[in-house]
Amino acid sequence: MSRQYLIRRLLLVIPAMLGISVLLYTVLALAPGDPFSELAANPAVPPEVAQALRTKFGLDDPVWIRYWRWLIAMLHGEWGFSFQSRMDVDRLIMQRLPTTLIVIGAAQLLAILVALPVGVLAGTRPYSIFDQIANTLAFVGFSLPTFFTGLLLILVFSIQLDWLPFVYRADIDATGWRFYWEHIKQSIMPVMVLGLFQGASLVRYVRSSVLDVVRLDYVTTARAKGIGERKVISRHVVRNALIPVVTLVALQMPIVFGGAIVTEQIFRVPGIGSLLISAMLANDTPVIMAVTFVFSCLVVLCNLIADVLYAWLDPRIAFR
Amino acid sequence: MPGSTPASLSADAPTSVGAPLVAAPAAGAAAPAVPRKRQRFSPWQEAWRRFRRHRLAVASAVVLLLMVAAIAIGPLLWTVPINEIDFASKLEGPSWAHPLGTDDLGQDVLARVLYGGRISLAVGLAAMFVAIFVGVLVGAVAGMSSGRLDALLMWLADLFLSLPQLPLLLLVIYLFRDSLKAVFGPEGGIFVMIVIVIGGLRWMPSARLVRAQFLSIREKEFVEAARALGASKVRQVVQHILPNALGPVIVAATIDVAAAIIAESTLSFLGLGFPPDIPTWGRLLADAKDYLDIAPHWALASGVAIFLTVLSINFIGDGLRDALDPRRVI
Repeated sequence: MSRQYLIRRLLLVIPAMLGISVLLYTVLALAPGDPFSELAANPAVPPEVAQALRTKFGLDDPVWIRYWRWLIAMLHGEWGFSFQSRMDVDRLIMQRLPTTLIVIGAAQLLAILVALPVGVLAGTRPYSIFDQIANTLAFVGFSLPTFFTGLLLILVFSIQLDWLPFVYRADIDATGWRFYWEHIKQSIMPVMVLGLFQGASLVRYVRSSVLDVVRLDYVTTARAKGIGERKVISRHVVRNALIPVVTLVALQMPIVFGGAIVTEQIFRVPGIGSLLISAMLANDTPVIMAVTFVFSCLVVLCNLIADVLYAWLDPRIAFR
Repeated sequence: MPGSTPASLSADAPTSVGAPLVAAPAAGAAAPAVPRKRQRFSPWQEAWRRFRRHRLAVASAVVLLLMVAAIAIGPLLWTVPINEIDFASKLEGPSWAHPLGTDDLGQDVLARVLYGGRISLAVGLAAMFVAIFVGVLVGAVAGMSSGRLDALLMWLADLFLSLPQLPLLLLVIYLFRDSLKAVFGPEGGIFVMIVIVIGGLRWMPSARLVRAQFLSIREKEFVEAARALGASKVRQVVQHILPNALGPVIVAATIDVAAAIIAESTLSFLGLGFPPDIPTWGRLLADAKDYLDIAPHWALASGVAIFLTVLSINFIGDGLRDALDPRRVI
């Protein structure tokens, strides 16, 4: 991969981030409601004082100046103060972010582990019984909304069978193996919900990608040389079929984050998704803005990683 | 349009597959002289024939029609009010008086599910129209005006695609909830906002689709001919390009309905959709989740309703793709 492509791609992140920040700030600026409305309504505060405070915090400045100030503050890491949790927003998010990333990462891993073999098998035997069953199950999988799957799993595994806990606890008082076992046990259901939802849509992408590649001439050549079918599939077909899948995984990331919010809410996983919901129910605007911004950054980051990976896997991309 | 075809086609279903091949040369030879009854397939008949081959899609269409009928007519037949509180019979399982049981206030779950279905489907359809309208508009403008405007619009589409939808949806609703409520009333305001926001965040795929279609179709000979005859740009688009780009758009629209229903249910489930006293499917599920151990029927009723609707819409979309967009592989 050429260094030039890498630099060009890295530079493209800047307009994307700026665009997203402008969009978020526009939404915030267009929104009705004034942080000083309570102050203005309070008869004990004279209007001159309220006006002086407004001028001091620059609330009457034109919108682009306010945007610029907000952007500089965000870049400096001054993300505001959470009224609900009584701590700085950046610390709050840093506390919660690892949990979310672990859950999403594990779910993606599960999705890939499920989708790869199923998709490849279905793609190499199109319209067979296996393909039809896999296809139908995939449809069921991504038609089941995550909040319903979560409740179903709780109903079966926590209430009927009583195998798994349905509330995620951060304060497990155990050590050594038990500690890890408890953590794994309580992560199983959130990861399953997200992973199977993801895996279901991934199966179809892998399948169609394999179908595209299997028809190519070089696969016929490989077979004609007498290479075994298993080796043709694993060495020649799958490797090339997976290249477009990388991009599709990245394009799915916004949906994954949406699913993560729901899943964290159901299982009470202390990640940034549940933080967002609780902040909304408590009118904690700085936290809401920050979490939305973090989610956007993560999506842009995933797109960047996918593009770089894509160019590394398929060098033709860098020479467009 | 496709609605008029089934009666004529189902009568000669077995012959319809091979018939055009056989009929074509005969008709070509004797067409001017003998007005023989020959197989002629309009594009919509052809689409219907292909759609019918997708058995799951046909079954889904039946299921969806039944559900729509139940939601539309059901509340007229099942006249139990949705908000009649009866603590004597709370959290009861299914019985003759309450076929789907009751909730924690003793309200009838069946009546609430039927009512919620109206909202879910209305939101899904309306949001789809918003998304498709914006998408077709942006895609058509981008596809017809190559150059800077095209690049800008596609950059915008990419930007919107890389936005995390649910957090943004939640953010907008959180910020604008109160003022819209003041303008349109509690139900109407939320409905308008949810439809606009869900639709406004889903126009990108159809915009890209329409643009790609436009780029290829506008170079075709028949458009060139129209151009040579002096057709204005608007006429080229409306008369010649758009009708030929419609197939994939219909498929995308179907999928959009399902996505919008899921999005609305997710919002309601998270407690940020319609006001709490309006029983949408997502809200029912959210209320039911705390009683999962003693009244699972409550959660299952609304959950299965969402699932069946979304699943059948997705299958219909798949069937429509086979029918209208045969080149696509997925």
